[in-house]
Amino acid sequence: MIDKTVASAAAAVAGIPDGATVMIGGFGTAGQPAELIDALIAQGARDLTIVNNNAGNGDTGLAALLKTGRVRRIVCSFPRQADSQVFDALYRSGALELELVPQGNLAERIRAAGAGIGAFYTPTGYGTALAEGKETRLIDGRAYVLEYPLRADYALIKARLGDRWGNLVYRKTARNFGPIMATAATCTIAQVDAVVPLGELDPEAVVTPGIFVQRVLAVGPAAQAAP
Amino acid sequence: MKRLTREQMAQRVARDIPEGAYVNLGIGLPTLVANHLPAGREILLHSENGVLGMGPAPPAGAEDPDLINAGKQPVTLRDGGCYFHHADSFAMMRGGHLDICVLGGFQVSVTGDLANWHTGEPDAIPAVGGAMDLAIGAKQVFVMMEHHTKQGVSKIVGRCSYPLTGIACVSRIYTDLAVLDVTPHGLSVVDIVDGLSFDELQRLSGVPLINPRA
Repeated sequence: MIDKTVASAAAAVAGIPDGATVMIGGFGTAGQPAELIDALIAQGARDLTIVNNNAGNGDTGLAALLKTGRVRRIVCSFPRQADSQVFDALYRSGALELELVPQGNLAERIRAAGAGIGAFYTPTGYGTALAEGKETRLIDGRAYVLEYPLRADYALIKARLGDRWGNLVYRKTARNFGPIMATAATCTIAQVDAVVPLGELDPEAVVTPGIFVQRVLAVGPAAQAAP
Repeated sequence: MKRLTREQMAQRVARDIPEGAYVNLGIGLPTLVANHLPAGREILLHSENGVLGMGPAPPAGAEDPDLINAGKQPVTLRDGGCYFHHADSFAMMRGGHLDICVLGGFQVSVTGDLANWHTGEPDAIPAVGGAMDLAIGAKQVFVMMEHHTKQGVSKIVGRCSYPLTGIACVSRIYTDLAVLDVTPHGLSVVDIVDGLSFDELQRLSGVPLINPRA
């Protein structure tokens, strides 16, 4: 029997080693897997490379992980926000390395990794500081920049519902990077509000097929109420 | 001469968005355009974080933290709207599926180069988000910005001094003084705020302008 569900947040993040590259879903706090991030903080892995659209909001979630000093490098598109004080201080002190990537290139590099694409030409960023030193090519009269896939050892994502095979559905704009990150990591860990029995998710509406997911953790009120 | 207010600028941009358009409004000043879209027109707003058919802000107390816009403010979904993941969202931009995007700007050059993501100051923390994808992806790129910086320097320039967002990507510029089309021959004046002549506008702008009525 395939059962990808795990009993605890600690079990969900078990085995993430020092030096790992970890994708974390979310756009701001929408879709941010807060419980998995807290578990990663408790787990203690260091020297991490984090891939996220942002670089933390306020003092919780990704910001709390950055604050531990265990993140060496962050790959993101939009670190500077009104409430990104934790990132701002670490970046200014030189304690955190930043790779800034235009958001669509970030998404497509993640998608490419999951889809087995070796590299791709994109018009985004051509002629700008963010494409400096990269290969370019003129195709049908338009200039493109060569971008490489972005893979991860682990992806921590948040979905609304999952089943024991790892099929997932999301909720509203909390979907954002979840489905593509799930494809791009060796081990994808999804936190869901609830785990439902096989067959309960409409197969026409499954967004992430379970083949892309290795561990499922229920964190919703229903999960806490369960014995 | 009276400069347009930010709301009047938004009104002016909204007038040019036709029935049936798929539109992305950038964060900041362009967000105001949503408040002025003519009620009789069916226009679909796209948000980079995975929404098409975005509606206005919900009433107080009805906010949903899972339903936000690119500026991370709570929004609603119109009937017929839908959600999708980030790779699809940026395929809509990069793939040329959006009719119009409206972006803010630090500078626009006479050839339609846009600088709007970074001041280039050494202590500034850079953040680009989806600006570069929108700039090169939408069929038409409208830039909405004040004509001058707070120091009174023209933001319409011969060549951008700030780091570029995209090259030759801007179609039209809306400022608090004028609307200008980017053409192969230069910037052509579409309209000017009441009480300002072409010659005065020319004097207030950093580059030579084309007067199509001349």
